[in-house]
Amino acid sequence: MQIWILLSLIVCLAGYGHILGRRRAVSIFQTDVISLHSLPFYHGAYIALWVLIPAAISIVFWLTAQGPIIENLVISGLSPATQALPSDRLSLVLHDIVNIASGDIPTKEPSLEIKAAAERFSQLKGLSNYGMVVVSLGLGIGCIWMAQRRLSPEFRARNQVERIITFVMIAASTIAILTTIGIVLSLLFEAWRFFLRVPLDDFLFGLHWSPQTAIRADQVGASGSFGAIPIFAGTLLITVIAMCVAVPLGLMSAIYMSEYASARTRGVIKPLLEVLAGVPTVVYGFFAALTVAPFFRGMGEGIGLDVSSESALAAGIVMGIMIIPFVSSLSDDVMNAVPQTLRDGSFALGATKSETIKQVVLPAALPGVVGAVLLAVSRAIGETMIVVMAAGLAANLTANPFEAVTTVTVQIVTLLVGDQEFDSSKTLAAFALGLVLFFVTLALNVFALRFVRKYREKYD
Amino acid sequence: MADGERFNMVAAEAKVLVRDLNVYYGDKQALFDIELDIGKHQVTSLIGPSGCGKSTFLRCLNRMNDVIDGCRMEGSIKVDGDEVLDASIDPVQLRRRVGMVFQKPNPFPKSIYDNIAYGPRIHGLVSNQDELDELVQSSLERAALWDEVKDRLHQPGTGLSGGQQQRLCIARAIAVRPDVILMDEPCSALDPIATARVEELIEELKKAYSIVIVTHSMQQAARISQRTAFFHLGLLVEVGVTEQIFTAPRDERTQGYITGRFG
Repeated sequence: MQIWILLSLIVCLAGYGHILGRRRAVSIFQTDVISLHSLPFYHGAYIALWVLIPAAISIVFWLTAQGPIIENLVISGLSPATQALPSDRLSLVLHDIVNIASGDIPTKEPSLEIKAAAERFSQLKGLSNYGMVVVSLGLGIGCIWMAQRRLSPEFRARNQVERIITFVMIAASTIAILTTIGIVLSLLFEAWRFFLRVPLDDFLFGLHWSPQTAIRADQVGASGSFGAIPIFAGTLLITVIAMCVAVPLGLMSAIYMSEYASARTRGVIKPLLEVLAGVPTVVYGFFAALTVAPFFRGMGEGIGLDVSSESALAAGIVMGIMIIPFVSSLSDDVMNAVPQTLRDGSFALGATKSETIKQVVLPAALPGVVGAVLLAVSRAIGETMIVVMAAGLAANLTANPFEAVTTVTVQIVTLLVGDQEFDSSKTLAAFALGLVLFFVTLALNVFALRFVRKYREKYD
Repeated sequence: MADGERFNMVAAEAKVLVRDLNVYYGDKQALFDIELDIGKHQVTSLIGPSGCGKSTFLRCLNRMNDVIDGCRMEGSIKVDGDEVLDASIDPVQLRRRVGMVFQKPNPFPKSIYDNIAYGPRIHGLVSNQDELDELVQSSLERAALWDEVKDRLHQPGTGLSGGQQQRLCIARAIAVRPDVILMDEPCSALDPIATARVEELIEELKKAYSIVIVTHSMQQAARISQRTAFFHLGLLVEVGVTEQIFTAPRDERTQGYITGRFG
């Protein structure tokens, strides 16, 4: 049976349960409306939820558990010689069995044993599907019977339904958190494998980055060294350049928008600025690589400077432009949230507009502005596409913005793009870099939020 | 009524002279031909139902209405003989002479000390730290707040209670040594005890300053002011000695308002 037929059957069952609950609530208690605790709707919803949730849980559980269980059963049916194979060979055999069972082409002409196993696999699979249908539908019907027995005039269906809904919402938010934890765990696990090969201090404090490792012993120039300092330095350099562009421009446009511009001007400028945030980063990338970088190179030649065609400057400036709206929009919002009474108080003392902005509005808005800047920094550190296209790949340890540098994100991309083996130090290094990136941006975000919370003035 | 009665100064010379004042918000006229004198070293209270224009009038006196888009003022307001509405007068200069306290206490998100020092600093009223310390202390003393905050001058002003915050705002206003203090319902956000303290303070301050106060409490107007002006629908209906306004109002509308028949 197809899974969607099963799902629609369960939904129908829930709908039937809902109608049943309503009917019973309406008809049986019609004589005595006053003592009916909850509206009929809630009695229906109570039964419907009792059908949907157990059935859904049973299906999810069944689908996750059936794969491994069937595989184990199939393996235990194989001959002892096959079972004694090393685990990677065994998984190949298993793969063949699954392929034959689903009608795909196996890697080699299957033996009788394998064919028999495939047969068995199909049987078990069919049995399992059948079992899932019976169990989930049975559970649904059982739950209708159980739930409708509880209906009575004084039954608190509304409270029960609200409690169940609360649990559903908690489960929904837990999924997001669990996903994050899963990502962190996989990063940690892979990075751990990397640090088994490359010592932590070599990685964190080494000055030379050259991740090509030798596949054959006689290969030339493939020593593999994983000193990440040049990458961190490159990231820092580009971030600093980006912030030098974004903070002054963003802050000044925020001050203009919130303090000087008329409501109409602001209504035009703010959405226009926010368009910058909506431009795909890859577009910024080729803008940086094809327009800005050659422009700087030409300008450098004009005044006798040697500017490389992929420079930290071009990437940093374009990235800075990209994050202007982060700074300006958030800062504008917090400055607008500064109450007008504070400005009035300052004006009433004979302060000018600029004195009021500098000494009252900005200090009052400072926590929010700092938060906006820190969020922009973490955005700049994590930004990938612009630097991939415009900053280059060479891991130079330099503070010269005219040279090509590379960043953490660029290296992760180059390490993982293409046909890679996932057990060499080279690819594992990407996970170590990812872990560092994750902790830096996490720390920045946590710090930004704390700072904002600590210094925020409460205005009611 | 005759001019002589309307401008009756009650043993005080006029500090502010308002003549033919008309105020518009866009197309809507908010005040009509206001003529009113503010006596020197007196408390003048402005009463009237909400929306009658008394706050608008108050905000004309230090040109706070400039901040509002589309607000237009016509007529003449003279403070010590200087024309306030003249384009050549700098509102920044004017507001140093005509201070203001607002309905809701609005201390800056700075320390108590810096709240007071803000005005003197921007106007360059003091030349060194000692003078500034002294000015902060004397302002807080005059606002009857010194004893309560002298040990925590460098803590945020927003941490004070509502009544203390309002007295801080009064101290902040007198720190720039104004001639006139405008108060826009300064006690409406305060409890009765804090209100009593602020009223005592106003009583004390009138020795040195000319005070104009907008209030919704007729008891308050009766308690603290020497002269009372009744506004209604943008018109100045009646002005006179407080006692007379409350005991023998000449106008029917005044009578109706103070006896609670409308408002």
